[in-house]
Amino acid sequence: MNITVRYFASLRDRMGRAEQTVSLEGDAVTVADLWSKLSPQQAMSGNILIAVNMEYTNGARVLKNGDEVAFFPPVTGG
Amino acid sequence: MKVIVQEALFDPYQETRSYEENHLPPGKHGAAVTFVGAMRDFNDGHDVSAMFLEHYPGMTERHIEAVCREAAEKWDLIDTLVVHRYGEITISEPIVLVAVWSVHRAHAFDACRYIINYLKERAPFWKCESTQQGKRWVEHNSEDPGVNSKGLKQTA
Repeated sequence: MNITVRYFASLRDRMGRAEQTVSLEGDAVTVADLWSKLSPQQAMSGNILIAVNMEYTNGARVLKNGDEVAFFPPVTGG
Repeated sequence: MKVIVQEALFDPYQETRSYEENHLPPGKHGAAVTFVGAMRDFNDGHDVSAMFLEHYPGMTERHIEAVCREAAEKWDLIDTLVVHRYGEITISEPIVLVAVWSVHRAHAFDACRYIINYLKERAPFWKCESTQQGKRWVEHNSEDPGVNSKGLKQTA
């Protein structure tokens, strides 16, 4: 399945990329699995927020083909 | 209910008046409460000269609208308008407007506070400030001591 991954703000700066497309194989692949595959050298820190298809979720969320996954730091609008 | 996320500078008082004249039925509301968030020249002990506000197009609008719908379920509201900017913002410019109309003031006050607090907690915006030491991402918003935040789930 194909997943679009997006990073925002300080996390984008740290990762050095804003967006990437990833092909994953297998069933029950979670957001945490995706992070580990993309960034095996760094743990997903506790204050990173996750959205799948623009809704907040967590690392246990199972991915589906076509999902857009976003990783970003705490939000500071308003 | 209307939510606008835009780059352009706006006049929050003119927006409020214009929306009221064009969308509110005359004679039905007894209270209008507005909150205007503006840019300070200081934050966290730093002098700030300018700010860039990044957001996640699509998700931003979706979550501000969700917060407004929640407020409309909790309180008896006639209408709600939210305008939030992104992009380059300079000192003293407005960043966000929350305007709420209701029959009585208590509903409008409470709903306005609810919307701005949960917008700050959930809408995906990120402030990057320009200071004398360079650019820095703001790591957290100041808290409103009057409201218990339910908080976002931390990631696994």
